[in-house]
Amino acid sequence: MKKLRKVYIALIMVFLYAPIALLVLYSFNDSKSRAKWGGFTLRWYQELFSDKVIISSLMTTLSIGLLAAVISTILGTFGAIVLYQMKRGPRNMMLNVVNLPMLNSEVVTGVSLMMLFALANLQMGYMTLLLSHISFCVPYVVLSVMPKLRQLEPNLAEAAQDLGATPLQGFFKVILPDIMPGVLSGFLMALTMSIDDFVVSFFTTGSGVSNLSITIYTMAKRGISPKINALSTLIFAGVLILMLILNLKDMKNPEGAKKIEKVKIPY
Amino acid sequence: MDNNIILSIRNVKVVFEDGFTALGGVSIDIGQNEFVTLLGPSGCGKTTLLRCIGGFEKPTSGEILYKGENIIPLPPYKRNINTVFQRYALFPHMNVAQNVAFGPSLRREDKKQISARVSEMLELVGLAGFEKRRISSLSGGQQQRVAIARALINSPDVLLLDEPLGALDLKLRREMQLELKRIQRESGITFIFVTHDQEEALTMSDRVAVMRAGEILQLGTPVDIYNEPESAFVADFIGASNILPSTMVRDHLVHFLGTDFPCADSGFGENNPVDVVLRPEDVKLKPESDPANGVVGVVESLLFKGVHYEMKVRTGADALLVHSTHARQVGTRVKMTVAPEDIQVMRKSDYSPDVRARKGEGGAQ
Amino acid sequence: MKHKNLMSLPFTLWAVIFIVLPLCLIVWYGVTLEIPVEYTQITLEDGSTAYKLEDGTIQTQEPWQKKAVISFSNFKRMVEPTYLKLLIRSLRVALLTTLICLLLGYPVALILTGKDFKHPSLWMMLIILPMWMNFLLRTYSWMSILENSGILNSWIASLREAIPAFDQFLSDRGVGNKIIFLYNENAVILGMVYNYLSFMIMPIYTVIEKIDHSLLEAAADLGASPSKSFLRVTLPYSLPGVLEGVTMVFVPAVTTFVISQLMGGGKVPLIGDVIQNQFGKSSDWHFGASLSLLVMVVVLAFMRGLHSIDKEEEVQKEVRIF
Repeated sequence: MKKLRKVYIALIMVFLYAPIALLVLYSFNDSKSRAKWGGFTLRWYQELFSDKVIISSLMTTLSIGLLAAVISTILGTFGAIVLYQMKRGPRNMMLNVVNLPMLNSEVVTGVSLMMLFALANLQMGYMTLLLSHISFCVPYVVLSVMPKLRQLEPNLAEAAQDLGATPLQGFFKVILPDIMPGVLSGFLMALTMSIDDFVVSFFTTGSGVSNLSITIYTMAKRGISPKINALSTLIFAGVLILMLILNLKDMKNPEGAKKIEKVKIPY
Repeated sequence: MDNNIILSIRNVKVVFEDGFTALGGVSIDIGQNEFVTLLGPSGCGKTTLLRCIGGFEKPTSGEILYKGENIIPLPPYKRNINTVFQRYALFPHMNVAQNVAFGPSLRREDKKQISARVSEMLELVGLAGFEKRRISSLSGGQQQRVAIARALINSPDVLLLDEPLGALDLKLRREMQLELKRIQRESGITFIFVTHDQEEALTMSDRVAVMRAGEILQLGTPVDIYNEPESAFVADFIGASNILPSTMVRDHLVHFLGTDFPCADSGFGENNPVDVVLRPEDVKLKPESDPANGVVGVVESLLFKGVHYEMKVRTGADALLVHSTHARQVGTRVKMTVAPEDIQVMRKSDYSPDVRARKGEGGAQ
Repeated sequence: MKHKNLMSLPFTLWAVIFIVLPLCLIVWYGVTLEIPVEYTQITLEDGSTAYKLEDGTIQTQEPWQKKAVISFSNFKRMVEPTYLKLLIRSLRVALLTTLICLLLGYPVALILTGKDFKHPSLWMMLIILPMWMNFLLRTYSWMSILENSGILNSWIASLREAIPAFDQFLSDRGVGNKIIFLYNENAVILGMVYNYLSFMIMPIYTVIEKIDHSLLEAAADLGASPSKSFLRVTLPYSLPGVLEGVTMVFVPAVTTFVISQLMGGGKVPLIGDVIQNQFGKSSDWHFGASLSLLVMVVVLAFMRGLHSIDKEEEVQKEVRIF
């Protein structure tokens, strides 16, 4: 029975990892067809790095991701504090509104933002892409900061002011450091959501601006390319290293063990 | 006295947004180096008054004069008044020393000086050597002391303490009461202390203000408050008391439990309804046949309380609480007598037992 | 009080512009149609032709203006056989995906929280790890395996060469040289299961992990067999996790258009594909919006239904829908 259980987990692991493993393997295959192994090569990696489209969409992904994460973290933290201070009735109403994008499917979010930008007569491009990423990231920041605010000692801000801090000093010296874990995990969530996003970006970008997801989509639709294998391998390696770092940190800090589960990427 | 008044609260009224009147026009003068306690049940407005002084609540009307100057428009950080919060509100991401140094380092004082002062303050509150400890590693009593040190380092003229001992267990609370009193004496700072614990109020304070429903009912020294409560509520709240609806026959003669008693009070008119307070320890038990003026009753229950016995003596519809070092067995018929100076006559109020019984709230007995 | 209101203004404004307004747009577009304005041709005093629009304005150019009218014809269009078939397929595919993920995923969560594995959180991390990769790449990995000239087919071909009996066996059953794995509903479901399986395992694992072990011990102590204590304790306690997992799989599954396009090669269009089309090639925003509205209603109704199973969770998550 115990053996059966272990075999089952092993099979699931094979199911999850075999496709990735094959991608990695074939990214080093010196033959364009997957039918045979043509020897080890780094050719696809070279081609990948000399592909201007891929490099520029990587840059777009990273810059949009960072900008959207920073802006939505500021906006979301601010929003969470505003919500936290509201009275029960209006707060619950606002919370429901803020939660709506998370309940909605991405297609609906993407389409609705596209219509919004069209209405505002905005030219689809980098700006609209950034705006849409900010708008779907903010709710996740609010969601991760809110519980930290709830745990806050109720008189903390007052205590700071009592000791001579202006409200602004009190916020930066006392409140912010205290809710920092929530803010950071919100930032991380926003960053991964933005980097991973395809659907919303698909509807809200234009004028030749495309992020990595969109480029991969276009390439994949055209057919299989070993360059994508190489790209996948690099991304997977990056993710693996990130997870290892996070996990090593967690070993020192048991509280962080839950962090990984929290930073999940919903569809 | 007038020159020594540091804080003068004049007719302060607080009406909350939902229409609830938290303070209905409170006035009190507080002197330098004084230990004043605001005592009352929860919801009586004592914390609201404290928050008005600290600057966290804006009074709807009235004045708060600090050294003669109205401070109501000043935000909390511009008042030389500090607060020790109910649940301490220590900054969890800072260690003990950083918490204590918060005020001075905001004012960008010299770092060496600050750390010397921090050590000094920690010594004052009995936490010498705790500088590097994390807040989460401290016990409730220690956190309490850090909160006090954090406030005192700013050398405030007035320290506000909002039920600071509420979260501590009984033994620790007793210890901290003495400690707080010592700190207040040594630092020479005015303490305004909020509590709902009458014993705490009586032990620590120079003056006690008993509050109820947004009003100060009585202000006085602990002895005054205890011995001469001016209303049934104060008498009841301050400690176990017998409050009896009575009639003032004339000056120095009051009628209750079907008997006339000579008393020390006067000025209540003739044949006016009043309330009488009898402290349980002031009711003396004598044999039934004793010729002294008194009321005969039957001992209904007997409890040993350590220093004394507590008995319930029934006479007709009423039962009196009596403390005595001498036990009387249940069922014994006794005569209860009271010395004239031990009878405290008070004006009728809405808290009088008979008034409350009519309202359906149930009397004190 | 006043500055507090002032502070909440920018955030409220943001929420209105980027959350409420877009949804209103969907509703507005969904229930309207654009039709050309009516006009009459008139002759002006100088003899030239002009056009008088319904609102009275006169212009010399032939009218191009359109106007929006409230109409529910979009919704009628959805029940046309073409679209109805598509809606039913979307629901079927999503439900099947959810079911398979549940059947595959629940045992994983259960086994990992049991005593067989010393470091369950490490194993959980391994299960979550692939999710960190872009889902297009994850889908692409299966494409490269299942493609007609993909890895699997090339392996089968080599096997056939190596083992004649195997070749014979396949040929007898009419299997050609290239087996077509992709471009059918099953491939789409496979792609979805692969992409969403972790979303099912994660919440179930989190919930089962939190079950107090003394509960199970108490059940055993009271004479419950392992299977009984599973049915009576673990299963009911894990229900909130199951519901969350079901939501996390069903919602993206019912609306995706990427997986159906990549794995289905356009041969298995789902409702998401149609919506995408309306905002792209077909450019019929009104119909697209109506379909989006339908998706929203389906998703919300689905979640509402789930939450009514487990009221407690509604309180915990504080994500109330209505």
